[in-house]
Amino acid sequence: MAALGAPLRTLRALLRELRHAAGRSYRDSPAYRHVLAAFRADRVTSEKLCRAQEELHFQAATYLCLLRSVREHEALHREYHGRGERSPQEVAGLVGFRLPQQPGGKG
Amino acid sequence: LWWAHSPPARLPRPHPTAAGSCPVGPCGRRAYAPPAERKRFYQNVSISQGEGGFEINLDHRKLKTPQAKLFTVPSEALAIAVATEWDSQKDTIKFYTMHLTTLCNTALDNPTQRNKTQLIRAAVKFLETDTVCYRVEEPPALAELQKNEWDPVIAWAEKRYNVTIGSSTSILGPNIPASTKETFVSHLASYNMWALQGIEFVITQLKSLILSMSLIDRHITVEKAVLLSRLEEEYQIRRWGNVEWAHDYDLCELRARTAAGTLFVHLCSESSTVKHKLLQD
Repeated sequence: MAALGAPLRTLRALLRELRHAAGRSYRDSPAYRHVLAAFRADRVTSEKLCRAQEELHFQAATYLCLLRSVREHEALHREYHGRGERSPQEVAGLVGFRLPQQPGGKG
Repeated sequence: LWWAHSPPARLPRPHPTAAGSCPVGPCGRRAYAPPAERKRFYQNVSISQGEGGFEINLDHRKLKTPQAKLFTVPSEALAIAVATEWDSQKDTIKFYTMHLTTLCNTALDNPTQRNKTQLIRAAVKFLETDTVCYRVEEPPALAELQKNEWDPVIAWAEKRYNVTIGSSTSILGPNIPASTKETFVSHLASYNMWALQGIEFVITQLKSLILSMSLIDRHITVEKAVLLSRLEEEYQIRRWGNVEWAHDYDLCELRARTAAGTLFVHLCSESSTVKHKLLQD
């Protein structure tokens, strides 16, 4: 099956991402509580190869990927694509021109 | 405010701050495009359970879809994830980062108005132009990389679904037998409508039915599926260099969308039951 690594690592990373997403009161957020509850419920199982455990781990890893990629994508967007268009003054300034001043307005 | 307020009007009205995007338009714009950004207008996000499922509350208002339907989801975990998306918006609401919300809106509104059969047909049609089946002959390093990375996934799919797929270097692509397509059609028919919307979304993002099924069956992770989908790009990046504002940007976006789609499918098709076993003394 998918090479996921240790569930504990995924859980810790996921909780860290939720902390970034939520802000101050992250521990009370429904997502944080739901994730913790789901992982705790899964520990109390007698089966060695628990399919539900594997499903939960995969879902957690997928959600972690989602949160992480959204955060990285937003950061890249802010850095490279967030500035919008230049004003006409700035565009003229790129080639060393200045826009004419027309105090009375155009024509 | 067409998604948060509940007026009796049926046509979604364009939002005043939306720069020129009209939902229904003689102006020729896209008919189903919400504004890209808007200020955060709510303090608290919470979930409640209604008749049709779980609903999202922004302060005291109930969230609605772009077509003004009540936003209801069948799974609590999905509702929590959507609420987290809304809660993690800071000063402005960036709709392009809220992939789960978008998927739920698509499932609820069905703007392309496709039924289950049409969705399945669209999904299986991708098999004819599946990325992992299209091989190059040159450069040899890339051909080798494709063979090493993509052959195992095809082999897995052929074994798991008991079908023949194969790969091809011709421009026409592989010759997929009808029985293979039928197998996939009947397999996809076992998913409900919501999950199918998610599956079709993942296939469109990864440009591959095989990679999508491999992901949904939990054979590979999202990161691996995205890597395999972008194999040629990764090869070229390794050869010629990485351009952060283009390559990483696209990579993160593809990962986010694929992860959202996969999570959506799993949350919409799961039914978790907890069986309590009695302790035997």
